[in-house]
Amino acid sequence: MAEKKTLTFVLMDPPYEDARSTTALRLLHVAAQRGYNINVFAYEGAVYLPFAKQAPHANAVHGRDLAQEDHPNPKDWIAALIAETEKNGGKLDWINCGLCVDERGAGETIPGVRRGSPADLWKFAESSDNTLVIGTR
Amino acid sequence: MAKYLVIESRDPLESKDTVWSYELVRGLKAEGHEVTLFLVQNGVFPARRSAASAGLEALAKAGVEVLADDFSLRERGIGAGRLAAGVRSAPLEVVVDQLAEGRKAIWH
Repeated sequence: MAEKKTLTFVLMDPPYEDARSTTALRLLHVAAQRGYNINVFAYEGAVYLPFAKQAPHANAVHGRDLAQEDHPNPKDWIAALIAETEKNGGKLDWINCGLCVDERGAGETIPGVRRGSPADLWKFAESSDNTLVIGTR
Repeated sequence: MAKYLVIESRDPLESKDTVWSYELVRGLKAEGHEVTLFLVQNGVFPARRSAASAGLEALAKAGVEVLADDFSLRERGIGAGRLAAGVRSAPLEVVVDQLAEGRKAIWH
């Protein structure tokens, strides 16, 4: 059996704004499929990625109702990633930077996301096989 | 000899600081390290054979593994037959593989 790896990803970008968020979630998906242990430290706008109050919407411009628009919400993708990781024998530990959360009023998250501090990022990095920082510009 | 993974997400025609990224890759390789330059998002634009792809071709010629994310290429309509010399299409799995093997990784 292959050694279980632990990878840490550090995210900074908010949802709906940049391809970096999409690429980050794609990387998490690959790691989840392999059953790796995954740590995510989200700070600045990235604390909104698992925000519980994200809501789908219709698209009046294109004449599509709520179901037809099928608007994607990152919180649902993250919930799916947590489930996929667990299904494959790993664990996705997502920490939102508490200071960043308070600044933005983003305290309501989906289950499986917890609040932390930069000290947790240090602990993540110390306990991981590798860490990738995806900073914004 | 160390192993490095440099992920470039920016288009050199949009972000001139990619020059420094390429220069870092060139320097690491020149010092004898094993280096992969993985292009993603708009970073794949110069992977299409064009006036902007000379930098990537030079890195590949120097022995750098230059890979372009296949998803990003498809998003931008860049077919495998249009890639610059020495650039190969690759899945994002490569990044996770190289992270898992402990490469020193930088995202730009």
